[in-house]
Amino acid sequence: MTRYIDIRKNTYLDSVSLMSMSTKANAVEGVTQALLGMATPMNKEVLLNVGVQDPAIDAAKPSDLMIVIDAADDLIDAAIQAVDDILARKNASAGDAAEIRYRTLDGAFEEVPDSNLVLISVNGAFAAREARKALVAGKHVMIFSDNVSVEDEIELKALAHEKGLLLMGPDCGTAIINGTGLAFANAVRRGSIGIVGASGTGSQEISVRVHDFGGGISQLIGTGGRDLSAEVGGVMMIDGINALAADPGTEVIVIVSKPPADEVAGRVLAVAAESGKPVVVCFLGSPRTESGYDNVQLVSGTKPAALAAVLATGVDESTLDLHALNIPLVEEVRGKLAPEQQYVRGLFCGGTLCDEAMFAALATFDNVYSNIQQDPAYRLGATDVSKEHTYLDLGDDDFTNGRPHPMIDPTLRLQRLAHEADDPEVGVIAMDFIVGFGSHEDPVGVTIPAIAEAKAKAAARGQHLEILGYVLGTDLDSPAVAEQVAQLEAAGVTIASSSTNLGLLAREFVAKGDHR
Amino acid sequence: MSITDLFSTDLKPVNLGLDMFAEDLAAQGAAPVRMDWTPPGGGDPDVIAALGRLERPEVAEKINAANEEALSRILAAQPFLEGFGRAIDTVPGMTATTILHAGPPIAYERMSGPMRGAVTGALVFEGLAKDLDAADELARSGDITFSPCHEHQAVGSMAGVTSASMWVHQVTNRTHGNTAYTNLSEQLSKILRFGANDQSVIDRLNWMRDVFGPMLGAAMELNTDGIDLRLMLSQALHMGDEAHNRNVAGTTLLIQALTPYLLETDFSTQEKREVFDFVASSDYFSGPTWMVTAKASMDAAAGIANSTVVTAMCRNGVDFGIRVSGTGDRWFTGPAQQVVGPMFAGYTPEDSGLDMGDSAITETYGIGGFAMAAAPAIVALVGGTVQEAMGYSRTMNAITTGNNPNVTIPALDFMGVPSGIDARLVMETGILPLINTAIAHKDPGIGMIGAGIVHPPVEAFQDALRTLADTVGEA
Repeated sequence: MTRYIDIRKNTYLDSVSLMSMSTKANAVEGVTQALLGMATPMNKEVLLNVGVQDPAIDAAKPSDLMIVIDAADDLIDAAIQAVDDILARKNASAGDAAEIRYRTLDGAFEEVPDSNLVLISVNGAFAAREARKALVAGKHVMIFSDNVSVEDEIELKALAHEKGLLLMGPDCGTAIINGTGLAFANAVRRGSIGIVGASGTGSQEISVRVHDFGGGISQLIGTGGRDLSAEVGGVMMIDGINALAADPGTEVIVIVSKPPADEVAGRVLAVAAESGKPVVVCFLGSPRTESGYDNVQLVSGTKPAALAAVLATGVDESTLDLHALNIPLVEEVRGKLAPEQQYVRGLFCGGTLCDEAMFAALATFDNVYSNIQQDPAYRLGATDVSKEHTYLDLGDDDFTNGRPHPMIDPTLRLQRLAHEADDPEVGVIAMDFIVGFGSHEDPVGVTIPAIAEAKAKAAARGQHLEILGYVLGTDLDSPAVAEQVAQLEAAGVTIASSSTNLGLLAREFVAKGDHR
Repeated sequence: MSITDLFSTDLKPVNLGLDMFAEDLAAQGAAPVRMDWTPPGGGDPDVIAALGRLERPEVAEKINAANEEALSRILAAQPFLEGFGRAIDTVPGMTATTILHAGPPIAYERMSGPMRGAVTGALVFEGLAKDLDAADELARSGDITFSPCHEHQAVGSMAGVTSASMWVHQVTNRTHGNTAYTNLSEQLSKILRFGANDQSVIDRLNWMRDVFGPMLGAAMELNTDGIDLRLMLSQALHMGDEAHNRNVAGTTLLIQALTPYLLETDFSTQEKREVFDFVASSDYFSGPTWMVTAKASMDAAAGIANSTVVTAMCRNGVDFGIRVSGTGDRWFTGPAQQVVGPMFAGYTPEDSGLDMGDSAITETYGIGGFAMAAAPAIVALVGGTVQEAMGYSRTMNAITTGNNPNVTIPALDFMGVPSGIDARLVMETGILPLINTAIAHKDPGIGMIGAGIVHPPVEAFQDALRTLADTVGEA
């Protein structure tokens, strides 16, 4: 320990600054005690009280600055220099304006009156209140938050409708407004196809497929998953369709949703018909095949929806790469699987992707279990063990309760993957990887070790475990889809070219007989 | 703006929530407006429901009208220094065995170390106990009446301990006719209000009782006009004070106004010299004066039905209490907080006691922390830059009913100090009032060891809001 005492004659610093500097000086590495003060009788007494005594201090005048530094022997020089710098105020930052942040929406609106849309992702318990404020102020709203009551949703949507504003959500994961992606979204080209989606990843998938087919997106409006329920009545869906109908930048409209309540479906289709524009409707899992309107086409999946929309803009189908199902690949995989490997396990981040794959499986198999199964006899809880064909939407509330969405945090899926690989009756594990705004920065990379481990487990018991992956994203996303695909291929993962194909391939790998 | 119009306008998003979404928006060139949001009501569902009840248009209208009335009284108040007198002769309800203290009500047994030190010192000073041990016994005996200064039209700095023979300021709000009191500064050293109570402290109190108080009283008897404290306060702010932690300008102005009369009193030159030396020994001489100025103004705004304006904020070293105009004399309390700021050489945060004193009446009025932008010399207290100090004063606009045109901040283009804290806005915005204050050592007898900033506990405001919703919201 070394004590350094310096009396600077005739050097004045005000007591408040000195207190602040003392605090900083005491934080310097190696300093056990630093005392800075003018040599007033009171300050001298303070030094005496803490055991600092020196003739130089006794002789100092109130106009002199006292500096006392106790520091470790090897650090004393550095400490003296550091304290000198503090006294010289070398680190004073000159006018670097702190970024402005507002405490309340009203405050933000007052300062930025031309703000026009509020993206809300605070805890659901507080989201409705903030959304109401935004609507009252005449702002469009997207509520990413979930856990907003249906009563609040109905009230907010009524208010938005009355004011002619967007109320996307609650639980709305994606939107693209004027080419800007909000929350989870992919970088897609701008174009003439408008999407209104009640399912977030379904909308993302269609936007990506449209981009892949060479088309572009005018607007992507999310409605939140409950919009087409009988209670909410499709208010946002209908307002969204009408807005796209009136939008000169939109030539073709795509609607995507889980099957709506019957009366709501009828109303939505009628509004779609009135738009006067070609409308492509994808009610995933709905048995309905005819809309009853000339300009409204019903399709069975996300890829058919994107294709129909692109064709409706006047593109010649023969110029497109349709990514037809790879039949030789199906035969090859079937050949690798042992007879007992009859089941698919689907581990999904995207709810719609899970839905689409599950419906593909249901077209062939009865024994399809899921946490999002309509039929209670086939429904699994988050803690239930998978059985037979199991398709899990890991982004559903049962799984996300208290943890981040699997598009951000892969932990849960990695655990589940290890678990599924232990089951010798499993032939195929299907997984989606979603890149883009909001998503994990390398969803494939964090999963590769678990994939290798799963394959190794199967190999140890003499089996080939088929891992089937699909990367939802575009060449413009970061990371780009090609980079993620290359990682998967290097790890021996089979790649599906779309959500629709992911579901079909998974099913066909374990199905018997002809391909459908 | 209709949805279709939005499609043909540049998107200007506000991001409320996850920062990663704002970063993605910025990466796409959409320049998001960013928020520093906290849940309203401290996130308490009851309080949010209470806010909802108070926001109903018919209720809000009633509250707004009441708050405007409260604000207009705060702004119209004209506190004048009328004189000085002994507490027993002036302060309402004072008795020979009453000890007034800072903050909301508290029993002796629950008091913090410094406050107990001040109480026992005061009992010795009054001759009620022969020594500190006897004083402690007496304090526990039930023979002493403990009562908050605020319940006697008074305020007290730090421990706020005021006993019968201490001298107090008498300040009358000439607009509304109410009078307020506060005792005299012992200046800044080892003093009673920080819990010190040795013989040097008692000796000083004796001198203040026998010389300092009487001379000030005699001087003000000669000054029949009184002293316009609001005007003087306004000047002090223009000279770089914020009138809570920086009082050098105000003290100079006050002693300048008193000096001719002090000179004319019948005291000896030696005694006058002692008084001037004492005043010069610390910038804090006028600190209590601004507190009582604020108290005289805020009392005028108390008891207005339906008003959600805060009329008092104070702390006793254990509890922080607030009063709201529409709920009258009722206290809403929460735990006193730790003051954060630079400390005198040789002390660390572990040495500091919890927030104490009635001095937050200055912030309640709109000075102190609320006028931080007026006092760039002490921005080190808030650990930041001059620019940040400007921001503090502006931020307080978000929780106040209006601004005081009589007390202005030059550096903010003469913006009036933010006045009339609205309990609803505090809960709505999550912005707690900013208080500049001293840090007392946690042990009695040591005194001031630093200064910094502190906020009230959110609980006090939550409690107030629930009560307001039950009373005003249902009326």
